[in-house]
Amino acid sequence: MELLNMKDAIEKYVHDGATIAIEGFTAFICFSAAHEIIRQKRRDLTLCRMTPDLIYDQMVAAGCACKLIFSYLGNPGVGPLYCIRRAIEKGIPNQLEIEEYSHFGTICRYMAGAARLPFFPLHSYIGDELPSVNPKIKFIKSPYDGKSIAVVPPLNPDVAIIHAQRADMMGNIQMWGLLGSQKEVAFASRHLVVVVEEIVDEEVVRSDPNRTVIPNLAVDALVHQPFGTHPSYVQGYYDRDNDFYLKWSKLSRDEEKTRQWLDKWVYGVKDWNEYLAKLEAEQPDIWQRLSAGEAYSKPVNYGEYK
Amino acid sequence: MTEYSPSEFMITASARALAGEKIVFVGVGLPGVACNLARRTVAPEIEMVYESGIFGARPARSPLSIGDPTLVSGATLSCPQNDLFMNYLQAGRIQVAFIGAAQIDRFGNLNSTVIGDYHNPKVRLPGSGGACEIAIHAQKIFLIMRLKKRAFVEKLDFLTSPGHLSGKPGEREAMGIPGSGPQLLVSDMGTFHFDKTTGEMTLADIRPGVTVEQIQAEISWPLKIAPNLKNVDSPTDEELRIIREELDPKGIYSK
Repeated sequence: MELLNMKDAIEKYVHDGATIAIEGFTAFICFSAAHEIIRQKRRDLTLCRMTPDLIYDQMVAAGCACKLIFSYLGNPGVGPLYCIRRAIEKGIPNQLEIEEYSHFGTICRYMAGAARLPFFPLHSYIGDELPSVNPKIKFIKSPYDGKSIAVVPPLNPDVAIIHAQRADMMGNIQMWGLLGSQKEVAFASRHLVVVVEEIVDEEVVRSDPNRTVIPNLAVDALVHQPFGTHPSYVQGYYDRDNDFYLKWSKLSRDEEKTRQWLDKWVYGVKDWNEYLAKLEAEQPDIWQRLSAGEAYSKPVNYGEYK
Repeated sequence: MTEYSPSEFMITASARALAGEKIVFVGVGLPGVACNLARRTVAPEIEMVYESGIFGARPARSPLSIGDPTLVSGATLSCPQNDLFMNYLQAGRIQVAFIGAAQIDRFGNLNSTVIGDYHNPKVRLPGSGGACEIAIHAQKIFLIMRLKKRAFVEKLDFLTSPGHLSGKPGEREAMGIPGSGPQLLVSDMGTFHFDKTTGEMTLADIRPGVTVEQIQAEISWPLKIAPNLKNVDSPTDEELRIIREELDPKGIYSK
């Protein structure tokens, strides 16, 4: 485990042709990592995510991806993902192969990957046409009751990138809020980069071990990047920028406007701190608008067993 | 009587259908508002479950997505999604789930994947998300959809989530599907049930001021009508007050 800046972490772990997963279900979506991947002009990536969201819409528009493994292609609560649709429907900016599951199917692939199992069974895909277009979804006979059950193969990305509230210097990761499938993808991946809002003392982590979702044994690189998920959110740190999700829905319909946006907000800045400075210059009240407010949990007593 | 919008009609009709229900799987938008209304009126014990991993949500604002942080704060439980899909949904603990789709056929089978050919799509839609598993495992499915001829089709372009399949009695059970499938469809012009023996969508209640002809004009197949077809009661002033003042004051979903 090493502490790296975002540029070095991406350079070291995300290579052309790699299979990567940047997970986080609406929350904790690490746009700061995606923008660095776009800036470094990575190509031919296979992108895995339950919900590709704006993060993969931007990466696909920038030409980073050749394949998408997913289960819900939408701008949550808003509408379609226009850049990914352009790629699938018209091959713009390049052809995009798709491999599609349901949410539970994608989660089961991560679980099989994490536990190094040959497959994972799930009671799904009955009367559904997905298995006819995705031959990796198969049905086997249960050796116990003889009934048919769907199975999906393990998914072991070359690298997973997740975002969390905090870690100590050793890379022990604590998070709370929507936990999504981050733990499963973290243990399924060959390499793991974790980006955090805060680095805290080891004793903070040790005071609440139940909140540690991933210990440092699974972490390759730790990156400290406050506000690293904008326009997504981090529970208790800042709110989701719903205005941006609406804005993207309008501008991404147009290829040229999408390119201009990437020029200004991704290629036109050196790193995420410059992106944040630009954002704050345009919207001085942005962090007030996206303030999380305060709702602290009550402390629990772990006991002192001497 | 207060004037109301088609969305407010759909919200109140859905909320009333939740009378006595306890564990409801919610999507964002109209189903969320309907559940919150039901909790304040006909189903005070209702617990809202979200596929983002939330059980017992108490949203302080109208959530803008199923991953809205307001669903976490104050909830009974926030868990990883494998937990939610395995131990809640797949284990059969969800009583009612709301889903929607771009296309529906007369047996309540749903398409949210693609318009046109899968490999050469005219319009690429979002896909299943959790809908396929929800349609299989929730004890009952409630659908909320606006009537539109291009959505209510003779033949789906793709089957994402199974309804009553070909309509044969016992077909779902024979295939190993535990949930009972679509039981109710609330539209902007009336509500529909699914016939117990034929599995077919049947007009049961009609929104005051709407005619059967207007409804048929938005549905591609010859519509089945219940023999005891009646008017739905309009939303009450109290229901409208709760929606407008408490649940969706900005009118994001109910206008």
